[in-house]
Amino acid sequence: MLEKALEGGKKYWAWVFFLGIFALSGVYWYLRQFEYGLGLTGLNRDVSWGLYIGQFTFLVGVAASAVMLVIPYYLHDYKKFGKIVILGEFLAIAAVTMCILFIFVDMGQPMRIMNVMLHPTLNSVMFWDSLVLSGYLFINALVGWVTLGSDKKGVPPPKWIKPWIYLSIPWAISIHTVTAFLYAGVPGRHFWLTAVMAARFLASAFAGGPALLIILSLIVRKVSRFDPGKEAIQAVSRIVAYAMFANVFLLGLEFFTAFYSGIPGHTHPFKYLYVGLDGHHELNGIMWLSSIFAVISLVMLWIPGVRKKEGSLVLACIMLFISLWIDKGFGLIIGGFVPNPFEEVNPYWPTYPETMITAGVWAIGFLVLTFLYKIAIGVREQTAGVEIEH
Amino acid sequence: MSMDRRDFLKAAGISSILGFGASVASAANLITGKQLLPPQVDRNKEVLTAKRWAMVVDMSRFRTDEDFTKTIEACHSIHNVPSFPNKKDEIKWVWKTGFERAFPGHENKYMSEHLKDMPFLLLCNHCDNPPCVRVCPTQATYKLPDGITMQDMHRCIGCRFCMAGCPYGARSFNYRDPRPFIKNENKEYPTRTKGVVEKCTFCTERLSVGKMPACVEAAPPGGLLFGDLEDPNSDVRKIVTEKYTIRRKSELGTGPAIYYLIGGGEHA
Repeated sequence: MLEKALEGGKKYWAWVFFLGIFALSGVYWYLRQFEYGLGLTGLNRDVSWGLYIGQFTFLVGVAASAVMLVIPYYLHDYKKFGKIVILGEFLAIAAVTMCILFIFVDMGQPMRIMNVMLHPTLNSVMFWDSLVLSGYLFINALVGWVTLGSDKKGVPPPKWIKPWIYLSIPWAISIHTVTAFLYAGVPGRHFWLTAVMAARFLASAFAGGPALLIILSLIVRKVSRFDPGKEAIQAVSRIVAYAMFANVFLLGLEFFTAFYSGIPGHTHPFKYLYVGLDGHHELNGIMWLSSIFAVISLVMLWIPGVRKKEGSLVLACIMLFISLWIDKGFGLIIGGFVPNPFEEVNPYWPTYPETMITAGVWAIGFLVLTFLYKIAIGVREQTAGVEIEH
Repeated sequence: MSMDRRDFLKAAGISSILGFGASVASAANLITGKQLLPPQVDRNKEVLTAKRWAMVVDMSRFRTDEDFTKTIEACHSIHNVPSFPNKKDEIKWVWKTGFERAFPGHENKYMSEHLKDMPFLLLCNHCDNPPCVRVCPTQATYKLPDGITMQDMHRCIGCRFCMAGCPYGARSFNYRDPRPFIKNENKEYPTRTKGVVEKCTFCTERLSVGKMPACVEAAPPGGLLFGDLEDPNSDVRKIVTEKYTIRRKSELGTGPAIYYLIGGGEHA
């Protein structure tokens, strides 16, 4: 099936070339960082994680969200998801690939990465996170490849793949729960020390991931003869709406606990992010943009007429995605480090090299996604009209 | 995987002959078999041991800026802690900060600025239950039986989870190669590479040759007391038992081993 990624028109290759440029520039800047050290980034003694770890966290959510298609299709036999489910699984593969790359570029001593497996440390959440992430990559690659291979041959997928599909469901939940535990389990970081962290992670993941999937599905339909299905897209949009509501609700709970309890340490990160603290307002603009986009997109998704029109649906999905990307891919991390353990405000902002490396990782992720989708589309175009029972 | 002493010496001998890390003098010692321990280990001196190392900081003994700088400088120069021009890259093992910063939440609005800014000496708390050790994915940071929280800079992968975990801001990361920024390199203590985390080690290397930690030696008399908290006759134990001491963020359950003596006075 791989050969399908190598057959494409001018537009396809132009897109691949475009991503390739960013990927290469990312590699170039990474080599610079490898040479100089992480001092090339905006990270410092106080804010020791930043854009890279934020992107990692956000993308774990995107990866986990494939489960929102797998559950209806495989557990509830919701046939409408028959075509779109492969797009979800392949999106998960691209997202996990990016997660692993973001962890890698964030490491001070990347050549020692195998130490995590050489000295397995059961009490470290990071050990478990690396385990569940690589497992999830394997499961999705296996399931996606086998089911698509069967589709190509026009036969139902082999029986032995079913347990793997079922396994992928709790596994998806686990990757995001464990990722939340990276934060929710450390004492002394008020912003992260919250029991609803994992729940909010899952809610935002099940909103952001499927929102991206809707955008991707509409692009796929536009550039190919493969139609993931109008009804499938509408069903996904309802999932996005419910999940986003849960996410905004959970965020509201955080505000309530912080401000009604009035415990200074708990209110400070929120103040820093949304209204500024000690004269520092660096992140207020983007955090409000995130909040406003969250509310607008939620309202748009809530109104059936707006949701059903694909033009406005895409707009809502884009705003929702940007909102969550800011909130989880940036604000969540920085709020844990500012103010620092001494209640001092030392801000952080990514540098140019850091931004280029981040863009490079996204480009590599989208290259993987492009190739995988090209393969899926190629197979689906051949078998168009033939419905296969999974 | 274990290496017995003989194998170790063989490997050490070969690597020194090849010029990896050992000076000509120590290579010569190895060949003659005279000196089997690293040069800084003096076997004539007794090794300092304890069940639970702890420190009492008596702020009343620190009177001038110089008292602080001498203490801090002693640690940083012995341990090859670099001083970077850019604060972003900062590395520190021991430092001073105002009361309000060291003990957030303990200040009140009527407190004079003088009290709020009263300097306190800060360093790794060598916690009983350290979050940094809990979160480290490679056991690069770990507890010694005597209570010291150690850092293995050769195993550290630079993920900085320990920095997120530490509620005391005690850890520093080598954002770039520290070596060009070490003023006078102490050849008897290793320098670090970029990409690893480091922090105060309670001077394990000095305890092993019978010396007190560098900061304790350099501090004004009685300013820093270091000893075995499990020994009822030790200075630190007596003070912690009889005087009013506070610890940073002990409510987090970390069990910090640095006790700040408030009100000072005669204790020694």
